[in-house]
Amino acid sequence: MPPLLELLGIRKRFGSVEALRGADFTLASGEVHALLGENGAGKSTLMHIAYGMVLPDAGSVRLNGDDRTNWSPRQARNLGLGMVHQHFTSIPALTVAENIALAAGWAGHPRQLCRKAESLSQKLGLPLDADQRAGRLPVALKQRLEIVKALAADARILLLDEPTAVLAPPEADELLQVVRRFAEAGGSAVLITHKLDEALRLADRVTVLRQGAVTHSGTVIDETASSLARAMIGSAPDTVEPARSRSPAAPGAGPVLVRMEALELSRESGYGIAVRHGSLRIHGGEIVGIAAVEGNGQRELLRAIAGRILPLRGRLEVTGPIGFIPEDRTSEGLIPELSLTENVTLGLDREAPWIRPGYVNWRVARARTSELLQQYGIVADGPAARAGSLSGGNQQKLIVARELSRNPAVLVAENPTRGLDIGAAAAIRCRISAAAEAGAAVLVYSSDLDEVLQLSHRTVVVCRGVLSEVPATATRDEIGRMMLQERAR
Amino acid sequence: MNRLWWALAAMVIGLSLLATGLYLAGYDPGIALAALFSGAFGSWHAFTSATLVRAVPLILIGLGIAIAFRGGSFNIGGEGQFYAGAIAATWIGLHLAHVPSALAIPLLLAGSAIAGAAWIAIPVWLKLRFGVIEVISTLLLNFVAESLVSLLVQGPLQEPSRVYPQSDTIPDPARLPLLGDSRLHAGFFLALLVGLLLWYLFHFTLWGFRLRAVGAGPRAAEISGRVDPQRVGAMALFCSGALAGLAGGVEISGVSYALFQNLSPGYGFTGIAVALLGGLDPAGVVLSGVLIGALEAGAGAMQRDAGVPAVAVFVVEAAIIVVTLLATTPKGGWMNARVIRRIRPAMRKASG
Repeated sequence: MPPLLELLGIRKRFGSVEALRGADFTLASGEVHALLGENGAGKSTLMHIAYGMVLPDAGSVRLNGDDRTNWSPRQARNLGLGMVHQHFTSIPALTVAENIALAAGWAGHPRQLCRKAESLSQKLGLPLDADQRAGRLPVALKQRLEIVKALAADARILLLDEPTAVLAPPEADELLQVVRRFAEAGGSAVLITHKLDEALRLADRVTVLRQGAVTHSGTVIDETASSLARAMIGSAPDTVEPARSRSPAAPGAGPVLVRMEALELSRESGYGIAVRHGSLRIHGGEIVGIAAVEGNGQRELLRAIAGRILPLRGRLEVTGPIGFIPEDRTSEGLIPELSLTENVTLGLDREAPWIRPGYVNWRVARARTSELLQQYGIVADGPAARAGSLSGGNQQKLIVARELSRNPAVLVAENPTRGLDIGAAAAIRCRISAAAEAGAAVLVYSSDLDEVLQLSHRTVVVCRGVLSEVPATATRDEIGRMMLQERAR
Repeated sequence: MNRLWWALAAMVIGLSLLATGLYLAGYDPGIALAALFSGAFGSWHAFTSATLVRAVPLILIGLGIAIAFRGGSFNIGGEGQFYAGAIAATWIGLHLAHVPSALAIPLLLAGSAIAGAAWIAIPVWLKLRFGVIEVISTLLLNFVAESLVSLLVQGPLQEPSRVYPQSDTIPDPARLPLLGDSRLHAGFFLALLVGLLLWYLFHFTLWGFRLRAVGAGPRAAEISGRVDPQRVGAMALFCSGALAGLAGGVEISGVSYALFQNLSPGYGFTGIAVALLGGLDPAGVVLSGVLIGALEAGAGAMQRDAGVPAVAVFVVEAAIIVVTLLATTPKGGWMNARVIRRIRPAMRKASG
């Protein structure tokens, strides 16, 4: 019997970049197959080819032994493939129910659709408010909607592109369990990820891509995190050791650079309170980690401290200059259409001597950008390249380089390694630690709890807008419970 | 350079289309095109008095449109702002009979620019206060401005004999000096100056950089660049309106000397084409302004000498724009991606 889905000798070139060089991939019926690889390894491209979104230059796609190399996503859907994309594909102005109906091809009275959508999402264990507009959902629920949409269309094969990238650990677990149940019910799933533990925990088999070629394929049972990591990046990853164990003396050492008392913040959407009566002090040289589940007010907290939103009431004193690494690289951190030089210039005008209102010295700007590219190991086609032409990791490095180049007294980072491969993430974490060592007060939020714990000297949990300091002796599980505390009630 | 070749190709395609159309309609394309050319470039007099005179308002309005588009906003109301400027210029001009030129002209031009900015202030306010998209509001205000002109020239601003629906002519001190014995007025050099200034502003000032940043990525400009995109957008629209108003003032003070209905043969709309054809770059806009000015000037000569209706050159204009847009389109698309990218934020806003 032929395998369910088979990709043979796939080659694909985008301009001068060879995304895939003869990759093979097979998905057996009823399995969860993890597709591992660094950013730019070709994981997404391979699955886009399987789904008919991208045509391969060479190689073939087979479903149940039938050649489907040149099919379209529509045909793929009709034959039972469903894809959950890395970027959200819901229509923000439509309700959850309408989005699901659109994806599944349902028709009927709105109220009927609503009931149907709600019962489906309940049944899947991914509850959603069917009346809510998709654009109003927090990121984690948007992601949930994507999966419900794919399953609503009766997919038998689910291709998931980094589905847990934006989720907090408990939500990620929940989602992975849904995938597991889907496989147990006879479905098959491909999980694109770069999180080793996910692959190890969930998958039956794993395929590792590196620079467009398969470097490893086999069952998960025989693997350990380090054997997979080696296949992904070639050698054991160098990680930052936990800050807590490294320098227990750091807190309290420097002057107080962030002083926040009884702060109240409204939600970014404009409705309700995001943070109530929050107090926090951060000293120079200290890294404070924020642990929180998506949508609990941490976003507003970080943005208020970064000076991007104004508090409703309370006291907030932040010493400048402030460096800010926003969550969304390509819409908030960078302007993809503009050059690297222009992106470095963006927002530096208050400090850089070569930017004056009447004259921007682009020659100096270019030289400065080249320096940063070299200093931060950013792979780019020179300072005149468009920011959009860089890979995700290099874009993030550019943002970090820009924000650190202003020697910030306070650095605020939102999910700074989101969607990055191990190497790039480690480099970013190193830079953040180094900034603290150089005397900056650092506030960092990550949806990856382990990253928060690894980076920070102390951790603050934000739950339903209430800040609470985590005791130094707390275990990971205790912190996880603090993050979910009020939700459970 | 590539763009220049495309512009030339566009020109050739447009003219061939025109020639074919004329041939099919029974005209002699040779005579018509010769008349078109000589009307635009045939003599120094034709070039200055016809082509360049036509180009002045197109360049000024086109530069204004380019500012707005670059900043991610849309000004489709150049026509209305042109008339607002023309009304202000006429009113100011009529009151300046005993003021020296050195004072009268700057006053008149400043007044017309302010009037243009004031006219666009309404859409800007509607946009900031209620989220009304400026594409619609600026467009609709064109009709209001046109009606206002027709009201004024049959009422308060009508010439003393009350026979013709037009204003009295403005006195000599309020008129722009002419170049030699041609009809080309000093407004042309003003337009060049504005183009040069804008070129510097776009490429070398923080203001211009922020404008481009907001146009290309409003969210990143706000979060990472700490720029208020609404403020920058409003600013761009004000400048855009001011330049269109200035074009109206220059037309009154340099060409017509009086206000009347249909003073503008659609300068406000042709200005959009000029801006797009010029790639939203000041140097390009000046060049495309002269080119379109030449076509319109030549059209008059073609009608006179070959009996071909002047509107036939719209075929050429349209063809040039379509080809230019196609030339800058990425593979597979059919419309200029840059334009789409600029329109997209407005669409997003419209959809809530």
